[in-house]
Amino acid sequence: MLEDLFKTVKSRMNIETAENKKGKVNIPSDLLFKCPRCQNVVFMEEFERNKKVCAACGYHARISARERIELTVDKGSFTEYDPHMQSCNPIEFPDYEKKIAAMREATGLNDGVVTGECSIRSQKCVMIVMDSRFMMSSMGSVAGEKITRAFERATRQALPVVAFTASGGARMQEGIISLMQMAKTSGAVARHNDAGLLYITVWTDPTTGGVMASFASLGDIIIAEPKVLVGFAGRRVIEGTIRQRLPDDFQSAEFMLQHGQADMIVSRTEMRRTIANLLRIHSQQQSGEGQES
Amino acid sequence: MTALTAWERLELIRNKERPTIRDYIPLIFSEFYEMHGDRTYADDGAILGGIGLLGNRPVTVIGHVKGHDLEENKKSNFAMPHPEGYRKALRLARQAEKFKRPVICFIDTSGAFCGIGAEERGQGEAIARNLMEFMTLKTPVISVVTGEGGSGGALALGVCDELAMLENAVYSVISPRGFASILWKDDTKEKEAAGIMKITAEDLQGFGICDAIIREPAGGAHTNHRQTAENITEFLLDSLQRLSKKEVANLLESRYNKFRKIGTFSEFE
Repeated sequence: MLEDLFKTVKSRMNIETAENKKGKVNIPSDLLFKCPRCQNVVFMEEFERNKKVCAACGYHARISARERIELTVDKGSFTEYDPHMQSCNPIEFPDYEKKIAAMREATGLNDGVVTGECSIRSQKCVMIVMDSRFMMSSMGSVAGEKITRAFERATRQALPVVAFTASGGARMQEGIISLMQMAKTSGAVARHNDAGLLYITVWTDPTTGGVMASFASLGDIIIAEPKVLVGFAGRRVIEGTIRQRLPDDFQSAEFMLQHGQADMIVSRTEMRRTIANLLRIHSQQQSGEGQES
Repeated sequence: MTALTAWERLELIRNKERPTIRDYIPLIFSEFYEMHGDRTYADDGAILGGIGLLGNRPVTVIGHVKGHDLEENKKSNFAMPHPEGYRKALRLARQAEKFKRPVICFIDTSGAFCGIGAEERGQGEAIARNLMEFMTLKTPVISVVTGEGGSGGALALGVCDELAMLENAVYSVISPRGFASILWKDDTKEKEAAGIMKITAEDLQGFGICDAIIREPAGGAHTNHRQTAENITEFLLDSLQRLSKKEVANLLESRYNKFRKIGTFSEFE
């Protein structure tokens, strides 16, 4: 009992100090951007002009799915798949519907994943974009189904897939159903893979947990944006297990590249060109093979 | 036996005498040979693999290794695998495919290990690779959750044609403690979380994830290892008989659809 009381007091103190810290920098938050990696502060206008990349350290900040699509695809080429899909509440988690409704209101999205067909410098592909504003784009039934359908459509139409991943992991509020989305999406990747089609994964901030342990790790080519957070387990969980503080670059894009988990790090300004070139190289190879057979 | 709550089952499966894969193997299989290592980095004690006979049929057996005491648990890292454990599992599954042996997986883990080495060696990739490759493995795969089925660390041995759960086993997206910690920022609400997460064998059967519930002796599996092993054997033989009749293409189609159909969503105009 007494121990519990101490725990409560301690956790409250932690929350308060964390809030105080935030309070100090949060002066007019909509006018300034403070980089979570290097703490550099710039005017929001300048940050946005720089495609939401920190000018000081190169951290590629989170952007919405719409912004990502605009930056990446040929103008007007995007046709969205399954825009009207919404989650049910399989384990009857208290207030899950309310949470979803609030998120829809705040983001204009029905869930944390947008999928569709587009062209990138005239290269046709199926695109998957996760939007971390919607419940950290955690993967539940809707994300799982939309991603699976996107891969299945790509397989049927013999199109490559480009997936911009960002996720906190499985959608806890959907219980075991969310865990199964990992198997479901990975199965769809397997069929796309067996059809000899190209899948490019782009890790954006943050790509973690159940998404990292499923389709986000299965690209033929894995690209990461600079300085983003990528990994399987949560940093605090690991620190709790090993009882020591982890280095700052742990689970960064650079850490993953160094440990052989990613193919390349590409900056936002070079992303569209890089993806288009990779798509073109593979489309030549695929049509070349087609002629032989 | 009257139905226990999820919490009571969690307490029951944490009993130190509850049988582990090392207890089951000699009771279910004969001529068992354990195989070690992922051929790349190390041999992970948290996952065991090998070949043996079920009746007179050769099978590959893969499973998480829990211990009965601290000494055993140190060796098997409390059944929390590193990437090399999942890679060993995949290597042995591929070997089974080559020799047309069915794969039988025993799931009993709180989850994949969370640590520096695990991240450096690609814990996410190792699990993801298993999900993808087991989905198209051209041989029957049967999984049995014998105790705790925790998160991606469990699912990495759970992409199968038929999934069974022991009566008191649980299977969840995260431990109830983790669930409470993430959603309510309070890991002391573990018991409350267990109550609402829907993690029992009956819950999972209701969701269409668990195909069969294997009965435990009155009081739980720890009261009679032999009886529990017999019940598991009976299920495995039945299941193998069903799956062996299927053409490989049908088998893979049903395996894909087993997972493809899971999800609850609505589409509006």
